[in-house]
Amino acid sequence: MLSVIVFLPLVAALVLMVPTVPDRVARWTWVAVATVDVALVAVVWANFEQPAEGQLAFSERFQWIPGVGSSYYIGVDGLSLPLVAMTAVIYLACAVYSLRAEDRPRIQAALFLFLQTVSLGLFVAADLILFFVFFDLSIVGMYFVIAGWGHGNAARSALKFFLYTFLGSLALLLGFIGLYVSADTPTFDMVELTRMMPLQDNPLVGGLVLAAILVGLAVKTPTFPFHTWLPPAHTDAPAIGSAVLAGVLLKMGTYGFVRIAMPMLPDAWRDWAWVIVIVGIVSVLYGALVGLGQRNLKRMIAYTSVNHMGYVVLGVGVAGLVAASSDAARRVAVAGAEFQMVSHGLITAALFLLVGVLRDRAGSYDLDGYGGLAAPAPRFATLFAIGAFASLGLPGFSGFIAEFQIFSGAIATAPITAVALLGILITAGMFLWAIQRLLAGKTRGGSLGFRDLSRGEFWAPASLLILSVVIGVLPRIVLDVVDPATTVLTELVGR
Amino acid sequence: MTALWLLVLLPALVGAALCLAPRVERLAGAVSVATAAGTLVLAIMVAMTQPTAAVAFLAIGGFTMRVDGLSAIIVPTVAAVTLLVVIFASRDIREARGRFHGLMLLFAAAALLTVVAGNLVTLLFAWEIMGGTSYALIGFWWRDGHRLASGTTAFVTTRAGDLGLYLAAGAALGGGAGLALADLPNAATPWRDLAAAGLLAAGLGKAAQLPFSFWLSRAMDGPSPVSALLHSAAMVAMGGYLLLRVAPLLEATGWADNAAAWIGAATALLLGAVAVAQRDIKQLLAASTAAQLGFVVLAAGLGARSGGVAQLVGHASTKAALFLAAGAWLSALGTKQFGGLAGAARRWRLLGVSAGVAALALAGIPPLSLWATKDAVLTAALEESVWLYVVGLAAAALSAVYAGKLLVAIWRAPDAHTATHLDDAQQGTRHVGPAESVSVAVLAVGAAILGMLVLPPLASAFAGTLGETPVTPGIWELTASGAIAIALVLATARWRPPEPRWATGWLGLEAAVYRGVVRPTLRIAASLARFDDTRVDLVVDHTASGSRAGARWAAAADDRNVDGSVEEVAARIRRAGRRSIRPQSGRLHHYYAQAVVLLAAVVVLIVVVGR
Repeated sequence: MLSVIVFLPLVAALVLMVPTVPDRVARWTWVAVATVDVALVAVVWANFEQPAEGQLAFSERFQWIPGVGSSYYIGVDGLSLPLVAMTAVIYLACAVYSLRAEDRPRIQAALFLFLQTVSLGLFVAADLILFFVFFDLSIVGMYFVIAGWGHGNAARSALKFFLYTFLGSLALLLGFIGLYVSADTPTFDMVELTRMMPLQDNPLVGGLVLAAILVGLAVKTPTFPFHTWLPPAHTDAPAIGSAVLAGVLLKMGTYGFVRIAMPMLPDAWRDWAWVIVIVGIVSVLYGALVGLGQRNLKRMIAYTSVNHMGYVVLGVGVAGLVAASSDAARRVAVAGAEFQMVSHGLITAALFLLVGVLRDRAGSYDLDGYGGLAAPAPRFATLFAIGAFASLGLPGFSGFIAEFQIFSGAIATAPITAVALLGILITAGMFLWAIQRLLAGKTRGGSLGFRDLSRGEFWAPASLLILSVVIGVLPRIVLDVVDPATTVLTELVGR
Repeated sequence: MTALWLLVLLPALVGAALCLAPRVERLAGAVSVATAAGTLVLAIMVAMTQPTAAVAFLAIGGFTMRVDGLSAIIVPTVAAVTLLVVIFASRDIREARGRFHGLMLLFAAAALLTVVAGNLVTLLFAWEIMGGTSYALIGFWWRDGHRLASGTTAFVTTRAGDLGLYLAAGAALGGGAGLALADLPNAATPWRDLAAAGLLAAGLGKAAQLPFSFWLSRAMDGPSPVSALLHSAAMVAMGGYLLLRVAPLLEATGWADNAAAWIGAATALLLGAVAVAQRDIKQLLAASTAAQLGFVVLAAGLGARSGGVAQLVGHASTKAALFLAAGAWLSALGTKQFGGLAGAARRWRLLGVSAGVAALALAGIPPLSLWATKDAVLTAALEESVWLYVVGLAAAALSAVYAGKLLVAIWRAPDAHTATHLDDAQQGTRHVGPAESVSVAVLAVGAAILGMLVLPPLASAFAGTLGETPVTPGIWELTASGAIAIALVLATARWRPPEPRWATGWLGLEAAVYRGVVRPTLRIAASLARFDDTRVDLVVDHTASGSRAGARWAAAADDRNVDGSVEEVAARIRRAGRRSIRPQSGRLHHYYAQAVVLLAAVVVLIVVVGR
């Protein structure tokens, strides 16, 4: 079942590579395949039962490279299933959004379908080599998206993105090899490695291996100070590229924390927990402040990703402060971090889809070049304002559920982490200021003659925001899946 | 229990539908009034049955709602004021009615949920939705950029206080007491102090107490019905309500209660002075709201819940009436300046008399509501500290002055200057309909009679609802404060009160916050943005260009040295090869000679090695 979900988009991508496929067919094929994938994920979700510890649900396993103990091994649990679902939904939103795309739609559809396979594959991978392959392929795919469909200084931004994150992935590979060689029976099997905990009593090597993995993941996430590839990549990427990059690809970094670093290297994680917490707090505040200082709306939203991923890092870092607090506090912080991954995916993807329209209509993301946009484009204004409130963590949206859990868990563990609260105040000011400059007042500049959202441009981000409201009001839908898994994870880190 | 869910869900769902559904303009008002009426019925039902409800939400706390004695009084108050305001607005608001009424109902739902919230998760959930919808309501006329900016100021300022609720939630979890509001006093120290500090900040922020008061001035950019709801029974009142609700926690810390009492008293005094200095009716009412809420916060700090609740309820009715009256005059006359309102009360009698009664209540004239409720609070203050009582009494005197100023402004005969002020804010309709007047009249009745709650014979039953023994103000205190109020109102009719500049400008709070907090933050943000572009990224770019330079050097080195040595070796081998050809001369005697030399060498080698 999982393999079908993962590789169905790839099969469709190969079909779309045939040059004789007409554009119209290509666009609708993309939507159809993405829809089928969402439906299949829904079936998996409906039939999902929490696997016993040390196992995965819907797992599949075949021999692949037996020589090095690597196999094609996939499965889901409470940590990965929400991300799989989020991924499928975001790609569907991108497909719908692109129903009117004119620029090489067939190849674009094929490329995004390829990326969808890669993204889904990463979240279900239970083997480090498999994980790494998907991790790197995502970089390759996104490079072509930015370089091929981007604008402005796309070639340079794409190259920077590629080199930076590729370098990060090499650090990650180094860490994986470190795990492999230090295991009692060398293997890349993630479940086995979690059980064995290589390097448990070796703080030096354990620390080095963790450092390599952390750097690799921190570049991808990104956290301060490894974030500078993100703003240019987003600014120059096409709208759907930004949506996938921020919505899905960034989660590969944070997912690595909860899937690999924490459970496999609990000792080292605890030793370095404070460093991780501080990196999280700095990312929160730095991302918020630098975002506030932007004039380019798309760059601004890019920096909110640094801010939001900072909350995730804070939450997972707190989980390592075992001596300081109760299990309940650490559990809720991790649950919040996991929830934030899904929430940020939905909300930021929606915002990037919306903001992409600005360039399409008026050729610029410069906030000062607009004003009073709510008059000619009420649908855009409504959705953008809703997205902004979602992103600044207003209750009723998913972000609140995430941030409330992260903050209460973090503060209960280490009250000093309360300084990160300033992040939600600054992002509030940032978004409201942006709304004011972009939407309110007299209609002027780029807002004059602005064509409002088309149906696809409206429903793609709207459905993502509706989902954010649904899980923001009824968080048990997700937390019933997440909570047992984060409980296990917190125990693993406490070993 | 169903009624409790419906109490929140009915206005929330209808509100959301009105906001999002297109083309509901004509129906919006009627739907909204019907919904608000239904909500009031539900509110009365839950007040009588006092149910609780809970559903799983987060691992650390469910979504819990409970109605106890305190909320049983506040819930119907919020619902009733909402209904009257919505009736008024169904006539007064003439554009984007779907959005307006939708947001009002959403706001009311959030306010009602705030009142019945049983734990910190539920409270924060409601609390910030209230803040978010208030932003949208204040900035309702978004075409005027400054109105939305005022919404931003209000939201960001109150959110600064709201951070306290996140802090309190963390502290409650850390202190082991759980998130339930009622359990907070049991948290371990110092967690308990942290929780109290957080809740205090949140309450003070929403209640527009010092130093947060300035957002209330900006919030006056919203439509008048919005001001009437936000600044009487909801939003601002919720700040006071929260502090009354957690009064046991404040008391348990031993410092937070004193802090609340003094901040409340100081706000009552200073914002009272601000109110005296205003010439814009909405600004006067706004400053007076902060000042009157000061008495509620004072009561919360003193643990005098019954006085505080009575003050909250009486003020809600009084202030809603006055804001709606101000809104009716703004729509009709196009102005909110006192200069232009002369004679407004005479022109529309029912409205004028109702507003007059409410203003007299605000002044503290016996036997109207705020006269008694304020004294109930002051009596408790006297038991605590004489100074607190003196400050409170001075604040009460100021409220007589500003209410007197308001009364004079609306009842005096128009003069030559009045006409010049008309229509200075918007084009007036010169019309006040019956719906508007009746709404105000009903609220004025409340403003007149709600003081009974703290006077015999109702006082003991009322305090009993809150689980307290009644603190009835003494006959001398009541007489004295009543006499002061009457004297001061009469005095303002004779002499104009002073309008010092520090008070006109709301103590310079907004400017101070802008200079001290907002501008530095924006500067830091701008320089960090530059830093990020030029420095952090430069490291990355330098690494990249450095490795390119390194690659170029390596390439050159490769050409010159590595490849050079290879070429060198090759050249030498070539030369050696050329030399090695020489012995192959083709002459037989040369070969023999070479063979002999080689043989001799082999023999020598064998001899040497063999030894």
